[in-house]
Amino acid sequence: MHLLVCGGTGCRSAESDAIVDSLNKAIADRGLENDAKVVMTGCFGFCEKGPIVKVLPDNTFYTQVTPADAEEIVAEHIYKGRRVNRLLYINPESQEHVEDSKHMGFYRKQIRIALRNCGFIDPENIEEYIARDGYSALGKVLTEMTPEEAIQSIIKSGLRGRGGGGFPTGLKWDITRKVAAEKKYVVCNADEGDPGAFMDRSILEGDPHSVIEAMAINGYCTGASYGLVYIRAEYPLAINRLKTAIGQAREYGLLGNGILGTDFSFDIELRYGAGAFVCGEETALIHSMEGMRGEPTFKPPFPSESGYLGYPTNVNNVETYANIPVIITKGPEWFASIGTEKSKGTKVFALAGKINNVGLIEVPMGTTLREVIYEIGGGIKDGKNFKAVQTGGPSGGCLTTKHLDTPIDYDNLLAAGSMMGSGGMIVMDEDDCMVSIAKFYLEFTVEESCGKCTPCRVGNKRLHEILEKITRGEGTMKDLEKLRNLGQVIKDTALCGLGQTSPNPVLSNLDNFWDEFVEHVTEKKCRAGQCKHLLRYVIEPDACVGCTACARNCPVNAITGERKKAHEINQEICIKCGACVEKCKFNAIFVR
Amino acid sequence: MAIVKLPENKLNQLIEVCKSFNNEPGELINVLHKAQEIFGYLPAEVQEVVAKELNTSVAHVYGVVSFYSFFTMTPKGEHPISICMGTACYVRGAEKVLDEFKHHLKIQVGETTADGKFSLACLRCVGACGLAPVVMVGEKVYGRVAPDGVKAILEEYSA
Ligand SMILES: Cc1cc2nc3c(=O)[nH]c(=O)nc-3n(C[C@H](O)[C@H](O)[C@H](O)COP(=O)(O)O)c2cc1C
Ligand code: SF4
Repeated sequence: MHLLVCGGTGCRSAESDAIVDSLNKAIADRGLENDAKVVMTGCFGFCEKGPIVKVLPDNTFYTQVTPADAEEIVAEHIYKGRRVNRLLYINPESQEHVEDSKHMGFYRKQIRIALRNCGFIDPENIEEYIARDGYSALGKVLTEMTPEEAIQSIIKSGLRGRGGGGFPTGLKWDITRKVAAEKKYVVCNADEGDPGAFMDRSILEGDPHSVIEAMAINGYCTGASYGLVYIRAEYPLAINRLKTAIGQAREYGLLGNGILGTDFSFDIELRYGAGAFVCGEETALIHSMEGMRGEPTFKPPFPSESGYLGYPTNVNNVETYANIPVIITKGPEWFASIGTEKSKGTKVFALAGKINNVGLIEVPMGTTLREVIYEIGGGIKDGKNFKAVQTGGPSGGCLTTKHLDTPIDYDNLLAAGSMMGSGGMIVMDEDDCMVSIAKFYLEFTVEESCGKCTPCRVGNKRLHEILEKITRGEGTMKDLEKLRNLGQVIKDTALCGLGQTSPNPVLSNLDNFWDEFVEHVTEKKCRAGQCKHLLRYVIEPDACVGCTACARNCPVNAITGERKKAHEINQEICIKCGACVEKCKFNAIFVR
Repeated sequence: MAIVKLPENKLNQLIEVCKSFNNEPGELINVLHKAQEIFGYLPAEVQEVVAKELNTSVAHVYGVVSFYSFFTMTPKGEHPISICMGTACYVRGAEKVLDEFKHHLKIQVGETTADGKFSLACLRCVGACGLAPVVMVGEKVYGRVAPDGVKAILEEYSA
């Protein structure tokens, strides 16, 4: 029997290390070492109910396990063969225990290609990767295919870049291959800066070898013998697993000189990011790897022509790479049979926000938002109403109820005013203020703008100021118009992708939630109750007994009234601190 | 800026680090990562040494240090507190949690308390969105933090 314990960052933060120790101890106490093995894997995806422990071969799926539960799991399940019911997932609709993951709504609609090994193998053991067909794609390419044939396979599969842009991957490889140069580089973009996205890190933590194998295949196809992974320094676990994996691949002769007895040589090094979102942009990323400020430069020349140190450089995203080995082994036709006409395969999303099942999911392109939110995501938290879902992070926009049945693919999301982006998907409910959300993203952009070009550096700051003004209740209709015009100018004139997309959250919210913006401006009202300056604290005269508790506790003396008579709050003076509400024993004070 | 006297042994360590990267100016960011591990932060004096060793200008080093948010020029507190401001944490109330920390510690983001015990920072998505809102104190992660849970967290470190 195998006990798989989730070792993704989410579950690890919730003590999965201690769970492994306790399981091992309980197993040793009973002398069951030969019958049961504990393995720490990558992310299972079902982060909402972590830490997760899965038992193989029967696929039992235990949720919210604590170190104290280890004893019972071993004593009951391993020793006596009885499931521990209280730790099973409960179907929220039928209130019944679900025994294995195959029967959970969360997994039913998913197809796992990029995440095929996450949660199944020990990422620190190359043999487990090899046992699941690992490195056979590299073998096949090196011994049976020419670079051109392999590239044709990728082109035929229809795979498009998963880093946000959606550029056809095979085509990019072909361009890099055709440039003549004495040296070439392939780069893996693991900068993942979109706040609220953790797909790439989960792949690197759960299945680092798939990325290494794909980079080597890329090297063979494009004629590069050096690979570089640009990874955020904030991802220590992913860095460690990647380092371990690279070391093992070298030991097995899968990296280094003369790979698998051929004359192909390839090796990989890591480069660390240092907390700058713009470094995810490929030209900025290359400058950062060269030890400079991560400022983007104008394209062309594209990195495929002149990149790292001036050599042709093929940049691809982590998830793009993770798809490559399977395309080679299972064939491009198989891959192209999944998805929509122009978007093939699957996409990994980090589903988060006001949703019941927060987690990492992988669905075929063409799945609708409704299926993702209600079937996989289990609906909105606390029975509230769905309001919007944000995709594409700071470059994307919010989609609303009217988009729920739109099949998700690159082109549909773009047409709906958002974009695929790297795969962050944040769900919002009726308590979220769309003006504040737009402001939140702008705050991010203002902070992360590299400052090189004026539209982005100054323009976004102005956008942010106008939004700030609106949330303070000082906005005018003219300001709304200004947001639109200025946003369009920034889009048209900024130098790099960051600036060209930064007004999207504002513009799409203006389109989709126009009434809410107008309400903030004309009625000075925030229907979600998020904009503090627009709140009004009022005393209900009938409920007030005149105990004076509120007046005595108001820090700015905004409350007046005689003893034993109804009190009143002066809105001009009130600073909306809420102290009065806390002190009122008669529930007489309301927020409007 | 106050002049900081760098301890001799750490200084030697830094010079060794530069050497291990062949004193290549292209390795600047890797050197700075190591330097920050050694000193905890990157005061002007450290940047001067790095510039000299890598044969580049102090202006270039400063340009890089100030560009990347991972590098800091002020020492962090004994217990650095980071609040995740990723979107998932934001919509689940991270801002209110941050306000509570500011209120209790009487410092702003990027500052350190007078006794050097706590410093406050925001970070973007630690990838534990299932636990949102998330707060990190040093290496320890606290999940599903509510504003009224802030005091208890601080008390753990106040003894
Ligand atoms: C502001 C900005 C941030 C980006 N961040 C990322 C990122 O975090 N990860 C990523 O893979 N691509 C990112 N990209 C896209 C890259 O520039 C590049 O297109 C991508 O890495 C190419 O790989 P792909 O074709 O496999 O998607 C970003 C682009 C922009 C403009
Ligand atoms: S658009 Fe923004 S991030 Fe891009 S180059 Fe201009 S200032 Fe820098």
